[in-house]
Amino acid sequence: MNWGSWEKFFAMGGYALYVWSSYLVALALLIAELAFLALRKRNAVGRIRAGGTAGRADR
Amino acid sequence: MSINWFKYSSPQTFFPLAGKLALGFSVLALLACSVGLYLGFFVAPTDAQQGESYRIIFIHVPAAWMSMFLYVVMAFWAGLGLAFNTRLSGMMASAIAPTGALFTFIALWTGSFWGKPTWGTWWVWDARLTSELILLFLYFGFMALQAAIDDPRRADKAGAVLALVGVVNIPIIYFSVKWWNTLHQGASVSLTRSPSMAATMLTAMLIMTFGFWFYGIAAVLLRARCIMLERERLSDWAAEYAKGTA
Amino acid sequence: MMAALRCVIYRDLLLAVRRGSDVLTVLLFFVIVVSLFPLGVGPDPTLLRTIAPGVIWVAALLASMLALNRMFASDHADGALEQMLLGATPLGMTVGAKVVAHWLVSGLPLVLISPVLALQFDFPRELLGVLVLSLVLGTPVLSLIGAIGAALTLGLRGAGALLSLLVLPLYVPVLIIGAGAAEAAASGLPGHAQLLLLGALLIFAGAFAPWAAAVALRISVE
Repeated sequence: MNWGSWEKFFAMGGYALYVWSSYLVALALLIAELAFLALRKRNAVGRIRAGGTAGRADR
Repeated sequence: MSINWFKYSSPQTFFPLAGKLALGFSVLALLACSVGLYLGFFVAPTDAQQGESYRIIFIHVPAAWMSMFLYVVMAFWAGLGLAFNTRLSGMMASAIAPTGALFTFIALWTGSFWGKPTWGTWWVWDARLTSELILLFLYFGFMALQAAIDDPRRADKAGAVLALVGVVNIPIIYFSVKWWNTLHQGASVSLTRSPSMAATMLTAMLIMTFGFWFYGIAAVLLRARCIMLERERLSDWAAEYAKGTA
Repeated sequence: MMAALRCVIYRDLLLAVRRGSDVLTVLLFFVIVVSLFPLGVGPDPTLLRTIAPGVIWVAALLASMLALNRMFASDHADGALEQMLLGATPLGMTVGAKVVAHWLVSGLPLVLISPVLALQFDFPRELLGVLVLSLVLGTPVLSLIGAIGAALTLGLRGAGALLSLLVLPLYVPVLIIGAGAAEAAASGLPGHAQLLLLGALLIFAGAFAPWAAAVALRISVE
């Protein structure tokens, strides 16, 4: 598919709003998911460190 | 040589494996999506009827397929956990739900943005979009139920019953919605592509599906690791791991 | 065993009659919700006639859902539920009996009053039969599916709202087919296909839902 120029690519034949909104929202959500997971893991590790040996016994 | 099938059924052994797998699948996902998007935007031609707006299918259809696939996988793990009382199976099911819901939302959002230029309205009550909407509610129900139950074991089992009931109902829901859609012929529009899709379009879509699948596996494994760290936080291996990561 | 099940049904009915307000609340809710729709969409008779089956079905669905919490909660609170779990009667059958009692109290009254409400919408008299029959077949399915939800959310905070979220997506096929029966009849087609499908759903739900609810009860109580 030869777009001819970058302007034409971004314009998406007049459908720029729909195509790019879809792609950007999808990308944002997927990145947000990964970022949230990284944060969640950091909190979990922090909680383990802070917990010390309390209650560890024979679990 | 006897294979220990259950070696990875404990969080302690599965945790590091999940980490390595997640990394591997992330790389694969990135590769597949790059190839798929390149094919989709720079090789596939313009559509005769829909112009450039059809290019949304490269994320709409893979997201929709993944949303349904992940629900079935979630129900599988949940059922396994219910039948064999294995902790890790329940954790896997819980890890899948948010990613599945995310794909469902992406399918709905992109479906809406595809429908607007094609059919003129932001929402079309066609069979697949309506079924996706109900699927989103099923995911939310599963997540809400697990969130409302404090005891993780009860949450796992209750979620399992709900997921299994849901998976049995999904075909019933889909067919009743499809029937409802054809009866009310006013909206005889459908967002499914006609079978005569250019080969390049189909290839790009399939590669993107794999890309989403690999991403899904990676995200689920990462979330499963978080769940393991949270639930097993009093265990020794978790303490070792926490000490290890600076 | 039949005697035990008869006892369960009789006990539930007796409790419902003694706390009569529960039954009436559900019925009044149904009536009020149905009456709200003309106020919302305007009194145009043609429009009302078109939406009548859908409105009545949605209202019946919501009203039947209101009463679901009660199915197991009060027995759980006073310990009777644990006796049922320990008893000789299979739990699935006990749950089935409770569902029957629930339907007699929260489903049947809705079915009986639905013709009156349909007339309020100027729904054609000759089609009332199909509407009522669809409700007769459909409301027990709602009670059966609802039992699973009630068992899963037993004793949880915010159980009512959570129950709705869990159960409403599962209600969708029943709603589509049930309302579809009367709508088909209204456009001149026989509603037989829908009614037969409702019957099939009823048999399917009747076979599996009590068992699923029993599994859920054991999970919730232990």
